[in-house]
Amino acid sequence: MRNDPKTRNSYYSMLTRKMVLIMLLVSVIPMLLVSWSILYEFRTSYREKVFDHLCELVQKHTQGIDAFLKERLADICFLAETFGFEDLSDESFLRERLKTLQREYGPVFVDLGVINAQGLQVAYAGPFRLERAIYSNARWFKRAMKTQYFISDVFLGLRGLPHFIVAVRESWNGKPWILRATIDFGAFNRLVENIQVGRTGFAFILNTNGKLQTKAREDIFRDTKTYMSLLKQTRSQKDRMTIFEARDFSGKKKIYVSTLLKNGQWMMVFQQDAGDAFSEFKRTRTTAIVIILLAALAIATVALIMSKMMVDRIARADREKERMNEQVIQAGRLAAIGELAAGIAHEINNPVAIMVEEAGWIGDLLQEEQFQNSANLEELKRAVDQIRIQGRRCKEITHKLLSFARKTDPRVQDVDVNELIKELVRFSEQRAKYVRVTINTRLQEDLPFVRASQSELQQVFLNLINNALDAMEKEGGTLNITTHVQGDYLVVEVSDTGPGIPEANLQRIFDPFFTTKAVGKGTGLGLSICYGIIKKMGGEINVRSALGKGTTFTIMLPIGPRATSAQSGEIQNTSSPKESYHE
Amino acid sequence: MNNRAKRPLKLLLIDDEKGFVEVMSKRLSKRNIEVRKAFSGTEGIQALRGEDFDVAVLDLKMEDMDGLEVLKIFKAMVPQMPVIMLTGHGSEEAARKGIRLGAFDYLTKPCELEELVQKIHEAVGAGR
Repeated sequence: MRNDPKTRNSYYSMLTRKMVLIMLLVSVIPMLLVSWSILYEFRTSYREKVFDHLCELVQKHTQGIDAFLKERLADICFLAETFGFEDLSDESFLRERLKTLQREYGPVFVDLGVINAQGLQVAYAGPFRLERAIYSNARWFKRAMKTQYFISDVFLGLRGLPHFIVAVRESWNGKPWILRATIDFGAFNRLVENIQVGRTGFAFILNTNGKLQTKAREDIFRDTKTYMSLLKQTRSQKDRMTIFEARDFSGKKKIYVSTLLKNGQWMMVFQQDAGDAFSEFKRTRTTAIVIILLAALAIATVALIMSKMMVDRIARADREKERMNEQVIQAGRLAAIGELAAGIAHEINNPVAIMVEEAGWIGDLLQEEQFQNSANLEELKRAVDQIRIQGRRCKEITHKLLSFARKTDPRVQDVDVNELIKELVRFSEQRAKYVRVTINTRLQEDLPFVRASQSELQQVFLNLINNALDAMEKEGGTLNITTHVQGDYLVVEVSDTGPGIPEANLQRIFDPFFTTKAVGKGTGLGLSICYGIIKKMGGEINVRSALGKGTTFTIMLPIGPRATSAQSGEIQNTSSPKESYHE
Repeated sequence: MNNRAKRPLKLLLIDDEKGFVEVMSKRLSKRNIEVRKAFSGTEGIQALRGEDFDVAVLDLKMEDMDGLEVLKIFKAMVPQMPVIMLTGHGSEEAARKGIRLGAFDYLTKPCELEELVQKIHEAVGAGR
């Protein structure tokens, strides 16, 4: 019946594991899914926000730069159209114009030059010694001659410094001439350099060949391929913004935002490390992950503790159930033995009766004269007496057995409590003698009947008497049983002179399975059954105890309105036999 | 009293334990009580139809009929005849019922003969 404790423990630990697993599955997985989807949504919208912001930034600056270039061109146009070739060929006049421009716009215009159709710079105003320089072979000159307005790429030129040229072509006497201005690279560069976002975001301008038109904060030429494909993509997009993500040579993920300017000749590029651009998102994500992990940890801990507690409880319940099963089996066995014993006792009574009577008959015969002279007469008489005496002993034994093993009878009837107690005391006397306990009874006469099940009441009193005897087992003592009537109740007191019950135990004494007896000796059910029986009858059972002095159980049994005195009841019953029988 | 010494009491003994009935009748006869033996309830009722008895001793536990049933029939036939019941221990409840039904008294088996004889005389004395 009892399983091996090892398999049992492994069963419980498996149960714990299962419960933990289920709890984790139903709580952590949904949490993770929800968190993941929220983070995903957040990431998407955050990216959009970042891209929008960058696009706006780039666009604004692009427009600014375009406007800047156009304005410079307009300045030159104005100059050329207003004054003409002759005036401007005068270097001192040209210098005056340069000064005016510089006064108005700051050091944006570095120099001014007037170039005739042959490429000779006929007039020059500026810090370099470029008077009468010949540009006939310069690429910008060739291209400037072809269009009316021209803005060059950045190049070193004759002066050996990065700069670019804004030129306008006019004609004088049917011959074209060119007014050109050099734009200060530094001033132009600042326009682009000022675009800075975060730690790593910066902007620069490339021309269609991938050559830098401004200074870049980083060496960008290690990723030429990236920029070339970016250029291609940007050009195919025309006016729109291009967003591009790629890894650089070192494997870092980068965001590129680009657009064309200067009529598609240049490309403005903004680039930033993805990690930097999304740093806020990453911080949020890290926080969220930490919180989720902590929550998961908390859930796991709670799941573990709760499962342990629940399994502990289950294990306890299992043990209790098992113990109860054992007790039920034990009780069943005892009942079977009791019934068997009762049957045997009953059967034995008849032959014993006959034996005793036959012995009596022998005794009768021995009285006759013919035996009076027999030498062994006395001896025969003694033997016959012995048979009678031993027969009586048999009767006593079987009577005790029968009175105890009588079938439990839950039928409610009139019970004579005094008679019941006397019977139980008789039954317990042998054991009491053995444990050196004297049983005293003080029973009030003429007690009324109590409506109860005889066998249940018997069980209650027998339990209390046995408990009292158990309590006094070591030291011996006195067991007092008294009965009296108090108001509507018949009160039975069972008190011992045992060691008493500690306060803490006193409160739990009627709890099922509460026992202080050694394992296997007490079931812890006796008093709780007593409590149940008395409560069912509408009575009360109380206990008071003093350590070292003893314990008293007080039972109050209700005297029903129908109840009559035990004695008068009997008289009444005899006088009206029929009625009583049918009740 | 004299009367009783002269004429033996007539007693009907009903018990399905044959050995018990035999030895009791012998012993009671020796004490001036004439015993009519009946080994079952039916036999007892038949005997009562045929003759009169001063007293009946009835075992409550018999195989063919419940002793209390027999008692009821006896009381219906001859209400004035006292009936003493014999019971096994533990069936006093039945015996008490018997008393309510009109039986004189009961004894638990196995009983002392002297006790029974005394009860018989009490019963007959009370009946007269």
